Amino acid sequence: MTMAIASLGGRLPITAGRRELTLVLIWAVLLSVPFWLPLLGGYTALAGRVLVFGLAAMGLNMLLGFTGVLSFGHAAYFGLGAYGAGLTLRYLVHSTPLAMLAGTLLGGLAGTLFGLLIVRRRGVYFAMCTIAFGQLWYYLAYSWNSFTGGFDGLRDFQRQPIGFGPLTLHIEDGGTTFYFFLLAIFAVAAALMGVLLRSPFGRTLLAIRENERRARFLGIPVERHIWLSFSISCFFTALAGTLYALLNNFADPLTLHYSLSGYFVVMTVMGGMRTFWGPLLGAAVFVAMQDYISSMTVNWMSFVGAIFMLVVLFFPRGLLGAMRRRLKS
Amino acid sequence: MTQLILFNVTNGLIIGAFYVLMALGLSLILNLSNVINFAHGNFLALGGYLAFALTPTLGYWGALVVSPFLVALIGLVVERLMIRRIYGRDPVYSLLLTFGLAFVMQDAARYIWGPNGLPLGLPAALAQPISPDLFFITYYRIFMVAVVIVAVAGLFAFMRYTRVGLRIRAGTLDLETVASLGVNVRHLRTFNFAVGCLLAGLSGVLAAGQIGLNPNMGDDLLMPSFIAIIVGGVGSLIGTLFGGLLIGMAAALTTVFYPSASEAVIYAILMAVLLIRPRGLVGEEGMLS
Amino acid sequence: MSNHTLSVRRRTLLQAGLALGASQAIGAPFVIKALGDEPVKIGMVDPLTGVLSALAQSEVDGAKYAEAEINKKGGILGRQVQLLVEDSANDVGTGVQKTRKLIDRDQVNAIIGDVNSGIAYAMSQVTNEKKVFHIVAGGHTDPITGTNCKWNVFRVCNTTTMDAEAVTPELVKKFGKKWFFVTPDYAYGHTLQDAFVKALTKLGGTYEGDMLPINNTDFSATLIKAKAYKPNVLLNNMGGLTQINCMKQFTQFGMQNEMGLGGALFELESIKGCPPEAQTGWWDMEWWWNQPNVPEVVKFVADYRAATKKTPSARDWFGYVSMHSVRLAADKAKSLDGPKLAAAMEDMELPPDVALQPGKVVYRKGDHELMPNIFVGEVHPSKGAADDVFTLGTLVPGAQAAGSVEETGCKMVEPS
Repeated sequence: MTMAIASLGGRLPITAGRRELTLVLIWAVLLSVPFWLPLLGGYTALAGRVLVFGLAAMGLNMLLGFTGVLSFGHAAYFGLGAYGAGLTLRYLVHSTPLAMLAGTLLGGLAGTLFGLLIVRRRGVYFAMCTIAFGQLWYYLAYSWNSFTGGFDGLRDFQRQPIGFGPLTLHIEDGGTTFYFFLLAIFAVAAALMGVLLRSPFGRTLLAIRENERRARFLGIPVERHIWLSFSISCFFTALAGTLYALLNNFADPLTLHYSLSGYFVVMTVMGGMRTFWGPLLGAAVFVAMQDYISSMTVNWMSFVGAIFMLVVLFFPRGLLGAMRRRLKS
Repeated sequence: MTQLILFNVTNGLIIGAFYVLMALGLSLILNLSNVINFAHGNFLALGGYLAFALTPTLGYWGALVVSPFLVALIGLVVERLMIRRIYGRDPVYSLLLTFGLAFVMQDAARYIWGPNGLPLGLPAALAQPISPDLFFITYYRIFMVAVVIVAVAGLFAFMRYTRVGLRIRAGTLDLETVASLGVNVRHLRTFNFAVGCLLAGLSGVLAAGQIGLNPNMGDDLLMPSFIAIIVGGVGSLIGTLFGGLLIGMAAALTTVFYPSASEAVIYAILMAVLLIRPRGLVGEEGMLS
Repeated sequence: MSNHTLSVRRRTLLQAGLALGASQAIGAPFVIKALGDEPVKIGMVDPLTGVLSALAQSEVDGAKYAEAEINKKGGILGRQVQLLVEDSANDVGTGVQKTRKLIDRDQVNAIIGDVNSGIAYAMSQVTNEKKVFHIVAGGHTDPITGTNCKWNVFRVCNTTTMDAEAVTPELVKKFGKKWFFVTPDYAYGHTLQDAFVKALTKLGGTYEGDMLPINNTDFSATLIKAKAYKPNVLLNNMGGLTQINCMKQFTQFGMQNEMGLGGALFELESIKGCPPEAQTGWWDMEWWWNQPNVPEVVKFVADYRAATKKTPSARDWFGYVSMHSVRLAADKAKSLDGPKLAAAMEDMELPPDVALQPGKVVYRKGDHELMPNIFVGEVHPSKGAADDVFTLGTLVPGAQAAGSVEETGCKMVEPS
C-alpha cells in the first residue's frame, strides 16, 4: 500500500546529499541576516516581515502545492491569528506565549470548522468560498468597533518580554533580538512542517494532488485528508499571523483582506509551488520587491500587478521550480 | 406607511438590480471559462470613466451606449492576449492573472484620471424626483432599474434564442463535446468574456451616475457579486439573478431597521447558504466540483 | 524548438531583472555616502494609493513645496533638506514597515504622517520607541493628542472637538437646534458625533441620527427618516466618497428646501468631486486659501499656483506646515535630537508666513496640538474664479474651540 502511494506521490523533493547542503545554506543565510542585510540597503524589520509572510505562505503551500487544493482566502486565518494574539495581549493577559497560542488556536480552529463545510467542493467553487469566508472575517473585524477597534485596527497592546526562569528574552525592543525570536519560531514551525510532509500523511497528500481519482480508488479517504491538510495549513498560517501582530504591535482588518491572500498565493507560486522552501524565497523576493518599488514610484501597483501576470504567463513553476527543472535536464 | 413599503420595494429593487447586473457578468465568465475575474470591478470602473470621457463629445446618452461596448472591446483584447493562455491550467493561475490585472487597471485609472472623485453629469430630467411625495424615487433610479431589466432580459433572450447563446450554455455543461461538434471554442470563450465585460461596463456607467467615479469604485461591488453567485448557485445564471435580488432586498430591508448591519446581512446569508444548502438556491449538485 | 526559445527568453528576463535589482540595491547606500554634506532627512509616510490617496497626495505636494522653499533659503541648520516619501498603501503593516525603514535605514531626523489615523497611531509607537520627532499632519482621531498623547508626537490638523465646537454655534444661529446626524460607524465617526452632541446639548439642542456602514452608497432610507423628523439641520459626518454621495442624494431629493445642511469637514478635494448642485452647506475648513486681507496668504497662494498649477487646500497646508515646523524647532533647539526638537516645539508660535492666517497659531504645550483658526463658512458652487467654492462666515480661534488639556485626557510622559 505504502509502496503504491509512494510511487503515486513521486520523487523526494531533493536527493539526499543535496538536501543537507540546501538546509545548511538556507540556515546560514537566515542566521546571518542582521550582518549582511543592511549592507544591501535593507533593514532588519524587513527580514522579520519576510519570515512572517514566508511562514504564512509555507502554510498555504501545504494545501496548495502539496495537496493541490487552492485557497484564496488564507489571509483570514493569518488575520485571525493576529487579532487573537492582539486581543489576548490587550484584554486578557500580558503574556507573549499565551497570546501566540490563543491566536494560533483561533485561526486554526476557524479554518478547521470552515474546512468541514466546503471540503466536498473543488476547484474554482472551493476558491470562491474561501474568498467569501475570508471577507466575512474582514467585515467583522472592521465593523465591531468596540471589540476589535474596527476600521482603525486593534491597538494598545505590545509584545511582552518572555521569561524562562532566570532568563528573560527582551523582545519588546524591535531589532535583532526580536528577529532571532522570529527565526526560532520559524525554525520550529518549518521543522514540524517538514516532518509532516515527509510522513506517510504527507505522501498521501502528494498522491491526492497527482491523481485524486486514483487515490480514491486506492481506498484513501480523500475528503478527510484534504480537510486535515486544510486545517493544518490554517494553523501554520495563523501562527504566522500572531507573529505579525507582535511585529507591528498592531492588528488591522487588512490582514484579513483577500488582497493579502492574493499576496500569499503569489509568493508561493513565484517561489515555486511544489517545493518546500519555494514560498520563503517567493516571500523574500516579493517583500523586497514591493518595498523597493513602492519607494521608487507611486505607481508601484502597476509594477506589482504586472509581475503577477508575468509570473503566471512565463514563470508558472516559480523560481525554485525553474531551477530544479534546469538541474534535472 | 405606504411610503415605507413603497420605499422598501423600490430600494430593494435598485440595490438588487445593481448586484444582479454585476454578478451576471462575473457568472457568465465563470461558467464557461472557469475563470474568476478579479478585475471585474475594474472593468466596471472603466465603464464609468469611459462614459465620463465620452460625455463631452457624445452626450450622456451616447456615452451610455458606447462605453459598455468599448469596455467589451478592451475585455476582448485582454482575453485574447492573456486570459486565453491559461485556460485548462490549474485555477490558481487564472485567479492570479486577473488579480494582477486588477492591480494594473486600478493603478491605470488613478494615473489617467487622478485619485480624486469625479462626477458624472446626468441629464437634468433624470435627476428629478418623480413627485414631491415620492421624493426618494428619482427618475434616474427608475431609469437604472429599467436599463437593468432590459439588459438582463436581453441576456436571457440571447442565451435562449440565439445560436451563440445556445453554444455558450452547452459549453457550460460540456465544453469538450461542444468543441468536437465543430464549434470554435476559442472564439466562443472570447465572445463570452467580452459579453461579461459589457455587462460590467454598463454597471459602471449606471453606478457612476449614482455614486460618482473613483479608482476604487468597483471594489465594494465585487464581494456582493461573488456572494450573489454562491448564494444563487454556481453555474446557473438564473441562480445568480435570484441571488443578487435576494441579497439586494435583504440589504435594503436591513438598512431601514438597523443600518449598520446592512452589509452584515449579506454575509449572514452566505453562511446560511453554505451551511444549509451549499449548492445554492438553484444550483445543481456536481456543478463545477 | 519553441520550448527552448521560451526558456531562453524567460531566463534572460529573470537575469536582467535580478541584475537591475541588485545593482540598484548595492549601488544606493554607497551613492549617498559619496555626497559631501549629509542632508537633513525628513521622512513622510502617507497612503498614496488607496481610498485616501487624493488627500495624501495634497499633503505630499505641500511638503515638497516647503522642501524646495526651505532649501532655497539655506536649509535647516545650514544643511540641505531631503524629503523621503514612502507609500503606506493605507495598510498598517506597510506603514509601520516604512517608518522603520526610514528610521533604521535612511536615518531620518523627523517623521511626518499618516493621513489614516490608525496608521498614524501605529507609527507613533515606533517613533516613540526610537525617540524620533513625529508630526501627524492630517490624521484626525482624537487620542493622538488625547489619551494616547506622546512626548514626541505633534499634530497639525484639528481634533473632532475643535471642529464640532467651532461650527455648532454657527449652525444653531443660522438654522436651529433640532439636528439629524448621518454618521459613519467607526471610531472617527463616533468621536465626531459625540463631540457634536456635547456642543449641541450645551446650547439646548435635540437630535436624532443614523449610524451607517463606512462604505455606504445609498442614503435613501436615512434621508427618509431625516425628512420625517423635520430637523433644522442635517449633519453630514460621512467622509470621502460617501460624503459626496450623501450630498448628491440630499440635493436630488430636494431636501435643501426644507432644512439646512452642515457638518465638520468638507474638504476641497471632495468638493471638487461633487456636481455643482451638491456643493452646499455650512462647514469647517481647517485652512482656506482665499484670505484677501492677509498678504502672506495672497503671496503664498500665487506662488503655489505658479509652482504646482493647483490651488492649495488645507491638506497642502498641513504638509507645508509640518516641514516648516521641523525647521523652526531645529532652529530653536540648535539640534536635531528628538527630545530637544520636541521640547523646542512646545508653545512654539508659527510665524505669519508659515501660519498663513491671522492671529496666534501655537502648538499647545499640554497636548502638542496645533491651535490654528477654524474657518467656518458656506460651501457653494464656484463664483467664477477657480476653486472659489467657500465663503468665510466666521473665524473661530482653535484654542477657544478645543477645550482644556485635561478634557482631552492627555497625560504627557516625558522622555526617559
